[in-house]
Amino acid sequence: MIISIASGKGGTGKTTIATNMALSLKNVQLLDCDVEEPNAHIFLKPEIKQQISVYTSVPKIDETRCDYCGKCAEFCEFNALVALKNKIMVFLELCHGCGGCPIVCPKNAITEEDKEVGVVKKGVAGDIEFICGELNIGEPMAVPVIRRVKNEIDDDKTVIIDASPGTSCSVVAAVHGTDYCILVTEPTPFGLHDLKLAVEVLKKLGIPFGVIINREGIGDQNVQGYCKEEGVPILLTIPMDRRIAEVYSRGVPFILEMPEWKEKFLELFDKVQSMRS
Amino acid sequence: MKQITVVSGKGGTGKTTIAASFAALAHNHVIADCDVDAPDLHLLFETCLKEKEEFRGSKEAVVDEEKCIDCGRCEKACKFGAIDGHTIDPILCEGCGVCAYVCPENAIMLRKKISGYAFISETKYGPMIHAMLNIAEEASGKLVALVRNKARKIAEEQGRELILIDGPPGIGCPVIASLTGVDMALIVTEPTMSGLYDLERILELTHYFGIVSLVCINKYDINKENTNQIIEFCQRNGVNVISKIPYDPIVTEAMVAGKPVVEFSDGKVSRDIGEMWDNVMYALK
Repeated sequence: MIISIASGKGGTGKTTIATNMALSLKNVQLLDCDVEEPNAHIFLKPEIKQQISVYTSVPKIDETRCDYCGKCAEFCEFNALVALKNKIMVFLELCHGCGGCPIVCPKNAITEEDKEVGVVKKGVAGDIEFICGELNIGEPMAVPVIRRVKNEIDDDKTVIIDASPGTSCSVVAAVHGTDYCILVTEPTPFGLHDLKLAVEVLKKLGIPFGVIINREGIGDQNVQGYCKEEGVPILLTIPMDRRIAEVYSRGVPFILEMPEWKEKFLELFDKVQSMRS
Repeated sequence: MKQITVVSGKGGTGKTTIAASFAALAHNHVIADCDVDAPDLHLLFETCLKEKEEFRGSKEAVVDEEKCIDCGRCEKACKFGAIDGHTIDPILCEGCGVCAYVCPENAIMLRKKISGYAFISETKYGPMIHAMLNIAEEASGKLVALVRNKARKIAEEQGRELILIDGPPGIGCPVIASLTGVDMALIVTEPTMSGLYDLERILELTHYFGIVSLVCINKYDINKENTNQIIEFCQRNGVNVISKIPYDPIVTEAMVAGKPVVEFSDGKVSRDIGEMWDNVMYALK
């Protein structure tokens, strides 16, 4: 079973849920798909055994063959190629690696070469199989790295995917194809507003989902009200607790210091399993 | 005209809280909410919508079933795994047009789609440009660029001297689009191990683009040891920590009331943000 953890708003507790849940279960794989700012390794302190580069293919122009006709630039939907009078300028950061320009070039002047956009790190943290993607600094496109991380999914394990905040392509790439998504939110106007957006994403993708309310007690009651009205299950509520915040700040999963919570994460997993079917 | 972007790397550190307060403290400015996939700034202002514009940022491939002969060339050519048989998954399709190009029957069309909207609103703190990316859309970087272009245009037309940008979390495409060409980045972080790690990455990014960066440690008193670690890290890297804001539930209360905290309360947090704003303005000059 593949469970994704997402949220519209950032900093609501995705990584907290993902890491504590992973530590509570057996036969688990944790995939950190927040490749822009991956944080799960801070809490799980994995031993990294393998590092794999992630490449996208980008165009390379053979100046001896190019006659600057501009067909490549005309074709490129992402403005990664610009044709000047006697030069083709390539903006590698804008390239999606679609492979279109080599096909349309009438002079066969374009080949594709690999460009590293990030890395995938594989390792273990206790019994947890740990996989994490890291986007290279300055690279705009996270999706190829996220997809590469997801290639490592082991269907025989319980897979937990930590997604990035927001609702755009990175989040879609992370939660796409998962069996269930846990949305982590906080009971504030920002939390509610962004939760609603995340709910729309999951409805569009047809992924069953439920909500965890973190830091219950701050803000207001409107998230609860919304979930009730919309029939969205509230899977777990975690109270605002200075101790949890303090343990988090040190980079420690809170079930390690508050073991009474392990039972709750097991119950959470049971709920998720029953809701999926 | 000067431009300043509030970013954070890590989400939920308080970007919007601080940007909203800056908006209330600044004079003669334009506000731009560039967190286009989860925009929250409008929740803290009473806004009056003046203009709405469709954003056509990307395209999608559509198959004409009548013409399709199931040759499979499109499926083979698609680098994104978006084609299965002759159905195209709109979620995976990036709108590159390779499938339409290789189709021998001209059975695939590339269609422009509405990927979101950009808005111009009036607030009591001045004009605000904001946007909404449609659900599960890409091209968020292009929408950020549209918001910033509109903000610049309004600033020029109305003779406004400052554009205040609330940026998205992360370090990817919309963040880069929010930062290119600005005069300064204010990075809001928190004293947690995640906050420190993410700060290192966003600082690398602003350094990569040569943008002057200042750091604000929000909720600094939840872990003073980590706060010191952040300050030391910034000192080692020649980055100025411009402010330390204490944790105070009043920040959430202000959010619930739908107001920037500096307008809602005159307590310590508000005074500290006010002082930070003066220092930011001084550093901008």
